[in-house]
Amino acid sequence: MHAVFGNKKAIAVFVLPALILFILVGFIPIVQSFYYSMLDWNGIGEAKFVGLKWYKDLFVDDSYDMQFVHSIWNTFYLALLSVCLQIPFAFILAYILGRGVRGEKFYRTLFFIPVTISSAVIGLLFLSVLNPNYGVLNVFLDKVGLGSWQHDWLTEEKTALSGIMLPAVWQWIGYYMLLLYAAIKGISEEIFDAVKIDGASALRSMFSIVIPLISPIIKICIVFAVIGSLKFFDLTFIMTNGNPAPATDVPSTLMYATIFKRNMYGYGSAMAVFMVVECLVFYYILQRGFKSYEEGDS
Amino acid sequence: MVKLKWNSKTAWLQLFLVMFAIIQFAPLVWLVLTSFKSNIEITGSNVIGFPEKWLLSNYRNVFVGSNLGLNFLNSLLYTGATVLASGLLSAMVSFAITRMQWKLSKVVLAVFMSGLMIPVHATLLPIFQILKQTHLLNTPWALIIPYTVNAIPAAMFIMVGFFSSLPRELEEASVVDGCNIYQVFFKIMLPLIKPAIVSVSIFTFLAAWNELMFATTFISNTKLMTITVAINSLRGLHTTEYGPIAAGMVIATIPTILIYILLSDKVQKSIVAGAVKG
Repeated sequence: MHAVFGNKKAIAVFVLPALILFILVGFIPIVQSFYYSMLDWNGIGEAKFVGLKWYKDLFVDDSYDMQFVHSIWNTFYLALLSVCLQIPFAFILAYILGRGVRGEKFYRTLFFIPVTISSAVIGLLFLSVLNPNYGVLNVFLDKVGLGSWQHDWLTEEKTALSGIMLPAVWQWIGYYMLLLYAAIKGISEEIFDAVKIDGASALRSMFSIVIPLISPIIKICIVFAVIGSLKFFDLTFIMTNGNPAPATDVPSTLMYATIFKRNMYGYGSAMAVFMVVECLVFYYILQRGFKSYEEGDS
Repeated sequence: MVKLKWNSKTAWLQLFLVMFAIIQFAPLVWLVLTSFKSNIEITGSNVIGFPEKWLLSNYRNVFVGSNLGLNFLNSLLYTGATVLASGLLSAMVSFAITRMQWKLSKVVLAVFMSGLMIPVHATLLPIFQILKQTHLLNTPWALIIPYTVNAIPAAMFIMVGFFSSLPRELEEASVVDGCNIYQVFFKIMLPLIKPAIVSVSIFTFLAAWNELMFATTFISNTKLMTITVAINSLRGLHTTEYGPIAAGMVIATIPTILIYILLSDKVQKSIVAGAVKG
């Protein structure tokens, strides 16, 4: 038996194609980005080694007026919206549907539809919804007599950021609803029955039974929502491209523009590397946070 | 009395769900309605309501001067190739990691799983450089290869979990019957992991079809563009008309919506499986 399942040649045949591809196109590029980030290079001419100069420029000097730090805060804002608005709403929907209601499957299927649509379409769609002259939102406000609430949503500094972040929140509610719904469905009916006999109110049983039982999934949702926010790209790229700068800039769109518009390969790579480190750090912090919360809880 | 209370509670829940359904669905309905309206309606006379006359002209005009039909086929090709390649490659690695005996299997699994945490943004410029040097920029390979690589970690996440849940008796029996390891994989295991392959394929399809950053960067030839990039560039072609763009957006959405309507339970299972091992 071992001769068959320990066959070295067969293992190589099964593993190497994917592993080589992954190392060449997934792993080495990350290492290369680290190296590029220490170069002064426009992609064509001679590259000059500058050490950590770009990192200092990102956070201290900002000699090209990129306002990178501001762009990081913008993604934190999205992370906050996701954790405080998107996931709670997703949970409420998941709870209502998961505990059984008429039309359960219909609603579940419908709420998830926006997730399947490409963010390019979602971006263009909300670009027209928010159009100042003939967008649905302003026309609607006018019709119901709230004309004074109208805004040029995506060019005014105060509303532009929410104008691109709220569509993202809207699009992905169904995703978190589905994950939470599957988890709630996994709780055995006996547990709910026991609580009912106990006389616990629906609200109390939600907080004392359901949330602790599905906390592993809630954690996954929070991790995905936060990390996803840090990597945010599509809707900014489609809807505003960072304008009115720096109101809607995010690190990934700044990185894109720095590399491919300004041809500053080193500077842009420093932004890319920052994002890698940032995602890993947040992943670690969140895991630690959950752990100490659980320990404090028990 | 108790029954009455229950009824009003149900009514409130239904009201809440209906309101949410409208919020989640109305923008999409509005998009479809817009794609059938004239430019005059879209830009003022009838922004919200149903079209006065259901016009098909937007769906004709969107193909004039653009390569949208080609872009649609490109997306199908790139996405299809990605689904096949990443599905086969990750099934092979997952099989070797879970069913075969070798020392480095845990390490190799960890290497692939690291791909789940690291943002692909950091690979954008290096891959661009590699593609440029190998003259693969502006070819289908420029997207098929990176998409395949990016799909492998999530696909393996699902498949390794699925393989681990299968009993070993069947493959051991088939070895006793004289199957070699390749026959075990292709004839015995691949049919067994079909549910996982379906999940992975749906997952990969959605990700690749909707991808934007790589597609914008690695392909600038309009004839080779994907549909998501192409509809964004329609804004340059139809600067004053929104109807054809809306039509293009509807066309770009048809395959994913179609898959979702036909396989909605499987799609939902696939999304859950991609996030939670189980």
